[in-house]
Amino acid sequence: MFRKKTIVSGVLLALGLPCAAQAAPDADLAQIREEIRQMRQTYEARIASLEARLKQAEEKAVLSAETKVLSHPSDAQGSALSTQHSALASNAFNPGISLILSGLYSNLSKDPADYRITGFHLPGDVLGDIRPQRGFSLAESELGIYANVDPSFYGGINFAIHPDNTVSTEEAFIQTTTLPHGLTLKAGRFFSGIGYLNEQHAHTWDFADAPLAYQAFLGGQFNNDGVQMRWLAPTDTFLELGAEAGRGANYPGTGRDKNGAGASALYAHLGGDVGASHSWRAGLSLLSTSPQDRQWDDVDAANTAVTNSFTGNSKLWIADMVWKWAPNGNAYYTNFKLQGEYLRRVEDGNLVYAATTPGAYSATQSGWYMQGIYQFAPYWRAGARTERLDSGSVDYGVNNASLMRTDYAPTRNALMVDYNPSEFSRIRLQVAQDKSRQGESDNQLLLQYQMSLGAHGAHKF
Amino acid sequence: MLNRMLKLLLAMTLAAFAIPASAALNILACEPEWGALARELGGDKVSVYDATNAFQDPHHIQAKPSLLARARNADMVVCTGSQLEIGWLPILLQQAGNPKIQLGRPGYFEASRYVRMLEVPSSVDRSQGDVHPGGNPHIQANPHNIALAADALAKRLAEADPANSAYYQGRHKAFAERWKAAMQNWEREAAPLKGVAIVVHHKAFVYLEDWLGLREVASLELKPGVEPTGAHLAEVLAQLRRQPAKMVVRAAYNDARPSEWLAARGKLPAVVLPFTVGGSERAKDLFGLFDDTVQKLLSAVR
Repeated sequence: MFRKKTIVSGVLLALGLPCAAQAAPDADLAQIREEIRQMRQTYEARIASLEARLKQAEEKAVLSAETKVLSHPSDAQGSALSTQHSALASNAFNPGISLILSGLYSNLSKDPADYRITGFHLPGDVLGDIRPQRGFSLAESELGIYANVDPSFYGGINFAIHPDNTVSTEEAFIQTTTLPHGLTLKAGRFFSGIGYLNEQHAHTWDFADAPLAYQAFLGGQFNNDGVQMRWLAPTDTFLELGAEAGRGANYPGTGRDKNGAGASALYAHLGGDVGASHSWRAGLSLLSTSPQDRQWDDVDAANTAVTNSFTGNSKLWIADMVWKWAPNGNAYYTNFKLQGEYLRRVEDGNLVYAATTPGAYSATQSGWYMQGIYQFAPYWRAGARTERLDSGSVDYGVNNASLMRTDYAPTRNALMVDYNPSEFSRIRLQVAQDKSRQGESDNQLLLQYQMSLGAHGAHKF
Repeated sequence: MLNRMLKLLLAMTLAAFAIPASAALNILACEPEWGALARELGGDKVSVYDATNAFQDPHHIQAKPSLLARARNADMVVCTGSQLEIGWLPILLQQAGNPKIQLGRPGYFEASRYVRMLEVPSSVDRSQGDVHPGGNPHIQANPHNIALAADALAKRLAEADPANSAYYQGRHKAFAERWKAAMQNWEREAAPLKGVAIVVHHKAFVYLEDWLGLREVASLELKPGVEPTGAHLAEVLAQLRRQPAKMVVRAAYNDARPSEWLAARGKLPAVVLPFTVGGSERAKDLFGLFDDTVQKLLSAVR
């Protein structure tokens, strides 16, 4: 193809040049000569590189044909044909596939069967999701398939394979890439952009489990079916505003049979660099849901097991910040990351006690975590996390006498060290003292591996 | 109340951060060498922001908020390609909400498309370490590649900013002439380096070796991107006893310890090359980069 082009341009030049040369002054002539010289150079370089590649390919083909002939003489022709086919194969447009493999060994000093977070009303299925397990288990393994759909859209799906052999769809969304003015529209199922950790896949977290506050207020992590609009401000300092509307079927919301949105989220993120070594991001988010008949099991003042339910409005505020340090911005050898989030939830509406007695309900509860991760050598990181929940003020209205209120503050402290032989593999040891349950101190030891195969996923900040 | 808060936030932001000037073509350069090239060709018609510096390992960069903000306002991204930026550039392209810099648009420039790639693997498997399916991405170490990238980038600038195409052509012509003369100089000066055996920290210098005829006899990394181990360093040292080399070479962003260890025991000089613009005192621009590279190599064989 290049040869043809060179010939054509040569002919054109041969025909066109004499007339041009007569009229053109010397300076133009010199410029044309220079341009021809440059063109020749570029083409020569390109032809040389093509020839080199051709030669390489021929050598390789001969080599592989020879080995084929040696091993299976009759296959030689077949393999030549199949090489041709693979060049035209339909899998050239296959999306990027990435597989996360994760496994966990847990040693817990307290029986996880009665796991709960004292003072926080978590529905049974949510509690089941966040309850730790003893012994060996398959931690969350993931299969993700992502690619550009066409020049305008990007999309993909992410399945999570849970320890109990169930599979769930964590994300399945399409997203625009070519809307102007810093706008991005996403639709489908996706992790909400609220907070800092929420949007990141669990395998990129720095600890084996979600912070207590995420467990208590979001059931670990909040994903939503709906639409998301983000706007990136045209400033040199990073400012991003986001809004979401969705079904809100997941805790703290509930599934509802209704037109319109069951959950909405608003958030703003601000970020930037300080010199070459520091970068940061801070954010403020609000998640509003309207749960209907959100049920949980409780024990009342008479020590009877009851099931209560809540219908009303739930507003969750999150303030988050992350600060990263790496000498000269080179995070490869050593770096430090400080991260913290504060969550505050206000709920009001109606509570039905023991499925029989309705009454007013209002509660303001909060929690926070703070963690630091230090990479002290290539491949090695160590970190600490401290966290605390505040049961806050809870008003059961007419049911105040029947339901107990607590001023217990659940806490958990964890230390971890992980070894990352490459950016695709990680082995982590985590020890923690979990005081989620009033009167019980659970000493935990977790050993975890996380490996990533296939497409190289880019890392979020 | 939320509305009021958002409005306030917006107003504060608009007041606090100047909107960048739109007169010049905004260029986000993935690596400093392409930033320097864009400045050479674009002059005062472009405003260039370097996403990384010479002391950062280009394989391990994060999609920082500041980079997202720059990608949002960029008219063009100028990068190496060949998957060098795969860990962070895709995020910038996806989240910037900027159609101008998407793959296939004039505002998306990959220098590696315009040069002859070396070390293109016939098969890829992660057991081989950090290999790039498109070939070794550290193309900037050969000034002929800079010249090829300059030809292509000048055309691309004219395409992205047609109003100033004559300006870019003019600057390109002047640059190409100066560059050609400089290359002849470097090649003359570097003649004694032909055939010289070297040890490298990372396989980041194949294009430099190809250019000057240096002979790479060992790499401190057993596999590309895998940190040198004591056992492998000992092997390299043993190999050097049988097959001596003149120097051990590393880039400005590499850890000094492995090559200093080898230099002390193998009795050969350790050479820190700037690797890209900004990697040393003298490597202030592309000319300085190669001036310094050639001088540092020469001083090690003298």
